[in-house]
Formats: sequence, C-alpha cells, structure tokens
Amino acid sequence: MREARGSGGPGLARPRPERKTPPVGVPAPRSRRAQLHPGAWWLWALALGTAATRTTNPLLLALLITVSGYVVAVRRPHTPWARSYGAFVKLAAAVLLLRLAFAVVLGSPIPGTHTLFTLPEVPLPDWAQGIRLGGRVTAEGLTFALYDALRLAALLICVGAANALASPSRLLKSLPGALYELGVAVVVALTFAPNLIADVRRLRAARRLRGRPDKGVRGLVQVGLPVLEGALERSVSLAAAMDARGYGRTAEVPDAVRRTTAALTLGGLLGVCAGTYGLLTAAGGGYGLPVLLAGLASALAGLWLGGRRTLRTRYRPDPWDARAWLVTASGVAVAALMILAGSLDPGALNPGVVPLEPPTLPLWPAAAVLLGLLPAFVTPAPEAARDPRKEPTT
Amino acid sequence: MIRFENVSVTYDGAARPAVRDVDLEVPEGELVLVVGPSGVGKSTVLGAVSGLVPHFTGGTLHGRVTVAGRDTRTHKPRELADVVGTVGQDPLSHFVTDTVEDELAYGMESLGLPPDVMRRRVEETLDLLGLADLRDRHISTLSGGQQQRVAIGSVLTPHPKVLVLDEPTSALDPAAAEEVLAVLQRLVHDLGTTVLMAEHRLERVVQYADQVVLLPGPGERPRMGAPAEVMAVSPVCPPVVELGRLAGWSPLPLTVRDARRRAAPLRERLEGRQPERDTAAPGTAPPARRLFGRARKQDDGTPEPVAEVLSLAVRRDRVRALTRVDLTVSPGETVALMGRNGAGKSTLLGALVGLVAPSSGSVRTGGAVPHRTRPRDLVRKVGLVPQEPRDLLYADTVAAECAAADKDAEAEPGTCRALLGELLPSVADDAHPRDLSEGQRLTLALAVVLTARPPLLLLDEPTRGLDYAAKARLTAILRRLAAEGHAIVMATHDVELAAELAHRVVLLAEGEVIADGPSAEVVVASPAFAPQVAKILAPQPWLTVAQVKEALES
Repeated sequence: MREARGSGGPGLARPRPERKTPPVGVPAPRSRRAQLHPGAWWLWALALGTAATRTTNPLLLALLITVSGYVVAVRRPHTPWARSYGAFVKLAAAVLLLRLAFAVVLGSPIPGTHTLFTLPEVPLPDWAQGIRLGGRVTAEGLTFALYDALRLAALLICVGAANALASPSRLLKSLPGALYELGVAVVVALTFAPNLIADVRRLRAARRLRGRPDKGVRGLVQVGLPVLEGALERSVSLAAAMDARGYGRTAEVPDAVRRTTAALTLGGLLGVCAGTYGLLTAAGGGYGLPVLLAGLASALAGLWLGGRRTLRTRYRPDPWDARAWLVTASGVAVAALMILAGSLDPGALNPGVVPLEPPTLPLWPAAAVLLGLLPAFVTPAPEAARDPRKEPTT
Repeated sequence: MIRFENVSVTYDGAARPAVRDVDLEVPEGELVLVVGPSGVGKSTVLGAVSGLVPHFTGGTLHGRVTVAGRDTRTHKPRELADVVGTVGQDPLSHFVTDTVEDELAYGMESLGLPPDVMRRRVEETLDLLGLADLRDRHISTLSGGQQQRVAIGSVLTPHPKVLVLDEPTSALDPAAAEEVLAVLQRLVHDLGTTVLMAEHRLERVVQYADQVVLLPGPGERPRMGAPAEVMAVSPVCPPVVELGRLAGWSPLPLTVRDARRRAAPLRERLEGRQPERDTAAPGTAPPARRLFGRARKQDDGTPEPVAEVLSLAVRRDRVRALTRVDLTVSPGETVALMGRNGAGKSTLLGALVGLVAPSSGSVRTGGAVPHRTRPRDLVRKVGLVPQEPRDLLYADTVAAECAAADKDAEAEPGTCRALLGELLPSVADDAHPRDLSEGQRLTLALAVVLTARPPLLLLDEPTRGLDYAAKARLTAILRRLAAEGHAIVMATHDVELAAELAHRVVLLAEGEVIADGPSAEVVVASPAFAPQVAKILAPQPWLTVAQVKEALES
C-alpha cells in the first residue's frame, strides 16, 4: 500500500482534500499514547467510591465529591461519552431528593426531639405494622436521611467520574482474551440505551408530523413498538457487520484443552462461591480463605487457557505506566486511609445525629481525601476540543 | 476472483427465489457494478459474496459461490473476513468501536494480525482515505461522507481481495460522493482490489465501472457485459445514457466528457430553441421578494405565501445550525434545498414544521407559528415526509395505516386509501408497511401526509434508495401536486431531481443561504450541482432529457 500511494498514474483521481479545514491555531493532534490506562481511572474512581462508603460525615463526602468533580472537570476527554458525568450528577441529586422525600413521608426510625412539622398520619391496617405514613418529621430524622443519601450520591458520582474519564469500551480493550467477546456484548448493550433514546426522540417527532400530540405518556407508549423494532433491526445489522468483519473467529484447539478449560473455569467458580460462603459464615472460618484462593486460581487458569482459543490481537493497547500506578495509588491511599480512620476514630467519620450536633471536619481524614487530587496533576491534559461542531448527517 | 455458479437464493417463506440462475465470474482487480430496479435482488447477490446470505439471513442457496477459491457454503462470513470486506447501506450500523482509529483496527484485531502490522496498515489507510486529521475523532461526530470513508477504511485494513459495497454514495452529497468514488478508484488502480458495488445513482458511478451486471427484473437471468453495451438495454440508466439513446449515439457515451464530444450536432439542432418552462413559478421574483416579502405581498397582488422565514437562526448544543435564513415559498412553487451533508437543510425543514424551535427570527407557515401550533392543527398547514419514511408508519397493514391517517387528519374515511390508490395502484391492503419497497413506503408516507391536504409539503431526501422508475413516478406525482397548487420544499442531494422538478434552488452552506434563484441559474452555475444534461449541452440552458426530447419532437 505504501509503495502504491506515491504512484499517481494518469486517470487517477486524487482524493479531495478534507472539506472541513481544522480551525487555525490548534496544535497538531497529540498521540493517544498520552492517554492514561482506563483501568487506572476506574480503580481510582472506585477507590474514592469505597472511601465514600466509609463515612457519613457530610463535609468529608462533599470534599470527596469536589475532589472527583475537579479531576473530571480538568481531565475528561472531549468525547460524547464524557458527557455522561452530568447524567450521573443528576441521578445522584434525584437519589438524594427521593431519600429525603421518603424520610418525610414514611418517617424515620431515628428518635428525635426537634420536631420540624407534623404531617397528618394515615392509619394503616394491622398487617402493615411497622410502616408509618405521615406523622412527625424531626430534624434528627431528616439529617440522618441526608447523611445517608449523601453517601450514596457520592458513590454514584464517583462511578460517573469513572465513566466520564474512561469510557467502558476503552476499559474493554484491556479484558483478557477469553472474556473479550462477552465484553463486546456488554458494550453493544450499553450503546443500545443512547440509541434507544435517540430513536424515541425521532419517533415522537414523527408523531407530531402525523398530527398526534408528541408529548405525554400515551405518545411514549405508542412509539414503543416501532422503537424496539428499530433497535432490534439495528442490532441484527450490527451483528451481521461484526460477523463479516471476523468477530468470533476461533483457533482450533485440541478437545482436551477445551475440556480442561471448562473444568477449570467451572470448578474455580464453584470454589469461589464455597470459599466466600465459608468466609461469611462463622463455622467456615478455617477452610474459607484457602478454598476461595484455590477457586480463584483455578478460574484464572481457565481464563488463561480459554484465551488460547481466541486469535485476537490488540491494536495499541494502553500501556500501564508510572502515571497509571500513581493514579491508582492515590485512589487506593484515600480508601485505605479512610478505612483506617474509620477504625481509629469512628465518631469523626460518622457524626451523631442524636443529639443533633454540627459535623466537624476531621483534619487528617480530610487531608487524606485531598490525596485523590493527584491525578489532576500527574495525568496529561485532554486534547483541546478540536472541532466541537457536530456535523450532523442529513 | 468471485464465481457464481448457477446460484439461486430463496428466502424462507418466499414463494419465488429472490435471484435465479446467477452465473457469472468477476475477474481480479475489476470494478463491477450491479444495477437493476429496486427489489431485483442486488443486495442478495452482494450478500452471497460475503457469505451473509445465507449464513446470516437464512434462506436456501442453490448452486455455488466461491470467493478467492473459498466456497461460501463451507465458510462462514467470519472465515471469509480476510478476503471479503463488506460495507452495508447504513455505515452507522457497521461501526463497533467509537473512534476512527480503533474502528480501522477492529477487523485486523479479529483476524489476529501482529501489532506492528496493524499499526502500519492503520497509518497507511488513514493517509489513503484522507482520514489522518480525524483519527481520534468520535465516529458519531463525523459527517456522512466521512463516516462512509471510515466504513470503507475499516474493511480495507485487513487487505481484503474483494470489496463489496451496497449503495456507498446514495446518502451523500455530490462532493462527498466524489470523495468516496475517488478512493474506490485508487483501490482498484493502485491495489488491484476487486470491487463489487450496487448503486442506484448510476450517473455518479457508471463511468468508473469495468463491467456491469444487470439484473433486469425479479427472478430474471442477469446479464453481464461492458458498461456501454449493458446500458444500451438497461431499464435503469443515467441521464447521459438516456440522452445518448435519444440522440442515437453509438457506442453510448458514459461520461459527460464523451457525450460532450459527440454533442455538437445535437447542440446545433437545439440552437435557437428554449426549454419549455413549466418551471416559471407562479408569479415569483424570488431574490427581491425574499428581502421585502412582507412589505410587498399586499400591493403586488401575488398570492399569500404559504411559508415565510425571516432571519431565522437555530442553535443546537451551542452549534449554529442556521444563521439568518430568509425564505418565502408561494403556492404552487417547488423549491429544492441543496448543500452538503450537515449544511442545515433538515434543520430548516424541521423549523418549518415546528420540530425545531427558532433561537431567533420568525417562521410562519400558513399564518401559524409552527412550533407553537397544536400538531393536530398543523397537519392541515404543512406536512413533512421525513428522510426515513418508515418513522411515520406505525400500523401493521397499509389499510390500518390509511384509516389512522384519516382519523389523525379528521378527513373523511377512505381519503387516504383513495389517495394511495391514485399514487400507487398496485399496493395491497393487507401488506405490512415494513415489507414494502423503499419507493412504495415513501409513497405511502406521502399519501398519509397528503391526507390532511396541507398547502405546503416538505420532503427530506426523497430519492434516497429509489431506482429510476420509482423516481420518475415520484417526479410525476410531485409535478401534479405542484400543479394543483401545493407548495413543495425538498431537501435533496439529487441534482437530477432538482433539475426535473424545482422552480427554485436554495443553496445552503454552514447554515447560511448562499444562493437562491431559478434552478437553471443556480445549478448550472455550480459544477457540483449541475445535472449531466446541463453539463453536456452547456452553454445552452437545457436541464433534463425530457426537455430536450420535447424540443426535438416539436
């Protein structure tokens, strides 16, 4: 191909230059070598999420959200997927509000003395004992619900940060060979949702063209079937395209290897289940850990053997470099320090609500959370948006 | 390279085979074009090469198809992936990854090529297809032509011996289509790739073909030969060939250049005549009216415009889709909106029908502000047939669809069915809209929209996927509607359609109107948008074969 490119014979049409010239003053595209391994981002974000689950201190949680939000703001790439952060933040806010609403309507098990207001209580039949509708709403109950919801919200926002910083499909590239095809199925399923939403929009617009109201629940229900039909058709054509492009080609392996793979994987999974059960029950303290480890080892060996069936190679895999270590370490450090702080000084991390007291910011756990900011300084800045204009296809 | 031996394909549940007795051989390194009316099995023939027929679609294949010596009966599509590259009609449903570079590498990854080879080929392909600047871009943010090139590149990287393309240029504007075709030319010339391609828009591709396979009708035996020979008997042919047949040129010219060299006598015969202008739109002097439309419409006695757009701007996601667009459409006038993919044509149509709210400026259709009008009232003022007519159709049968349309439009029961009967006599009541051909579906959607008798009819890319016969039928229908006083605005890439139908052409670029005037002036002034007949007979003002024919006969 390379030799051929230079030889423009007569009658050979040259490809036209790009119709859209890139804006002036934009640096040449940076090599994607500069990208951080997606696994590092996910580990960092999930570690922050773990840290969030260890505390109900609203100040610490707010600090965690701010830290992850700041890193997302300065380091998220300019891809459509990165916009999902906003959706996660909205989801977190919705969860917060819902939790508070429940606390108001259903009451709270927290005994409290500061009554804010009293809702009329709905008498419930005997079988619904323990459930209360309406009644007193106390400041303590609301505060407790707020702390609790904030923790969940922080966890959601951390997952959102992972999504925004490295899309799951990039993560997929790092899956072991044997799991790759499963991973593709998951990613195709993930892209199903945005496509479905786009379809619903388009078809609701089409309803308007038919002179039917395009808003309201009925409109949504009526476009349901065509939308699903369309989505199904698209999936089928994608499957055809993937098949034609060699998806699922396998190498010939001896039957013995295949059987060993199956046995190792199944046995390993069983071992993991049994080991986990042993660890969780009081009686199995002795055998739990060894069985779990043996199961894990066997499952991993099965995966490795299974990988021999796939021919797949990887194009420019993201390298796991020093920066990836640093980013992961910063996340893990936050989580570890938070867990440590939780065992040393549980009071500071879980401020009491009865009696009601203003939360205080424990100094050194707060400093630990700030460690999570490290990725904002050690990772490369995302490339400037080169051409934010979406060129719609007609 | 590709051999069909006595191939017949019957889909499950079909009474007749989709293609029958296909017996042909495509030699290595040729660009072969598969032509024929819609529904004759072009896609089936293409699918049989990649093995998707019958492995993926189901059905029974009799006979034998071999590609590079591999029998598709014993090789699944994935096992042919290293010799055949397939790009379907819709490039978007082809993409597995999100970025251009990953997409180019995907096929090679599946084949297990070593990383250094992959890297080299991706770089080469980026250069070959002019995609180097887009390498990190998200595929969903690319324009149609760019996406089509990425799709071709993605099947090119495993170095297939055969490239199979189903309608690669149908959805593209003329310039983007030329880009894609230039790439195909390079592949054939430089790399010796065998290309098998189906395309309805013959005027764009026929001159590049080494051989043409004609599927004359459903179940009929295909015919293969040199393009000029096949075109002489083909039921589908581009305007240049039609003009050649009319003038009796032999051998038939396939390119505008060949035709021009022969056209001197024809030009002499046409000297001094003028094309019959049914195109002089009812009392319009567009450019002047466009600026002062509101001020002048009362005193000069022209009819009330059915649509009036004044310095319209639309912004979406901080992107300016339209800026300061003015447009006035009078009853009985046909306007073609042209411009490259993404120039804002669909947005303008959307604004006229109230799907898109203007950011500034005003839109009025039939005296109403479309995005504030209730849909039920709006259908009587303006109707849009969207790019994908299927979006408009919900019901299971044609009859149910028509009944629903009558109800939506509050028309008398039977109105829509009667309309459909006029437009498309052959369609059965109990047919499922999904099973109709592209052209039939478009006509059904058109009938549904026309049930409310809107004075303004909007069409978005109506000829996509239509063969010449269906296009001719559509042209006749639209002509009649215009004569009945309907104003028609259509967004199209099809320069031949615009030349046939439009009184006025409005060119859009980057969301702005860059030209607005009578079709003859606007399209002829731009080489990309000039129809073939205009190019052949320039400087005379002929646009279509029909005009020339009329003039010669009179």
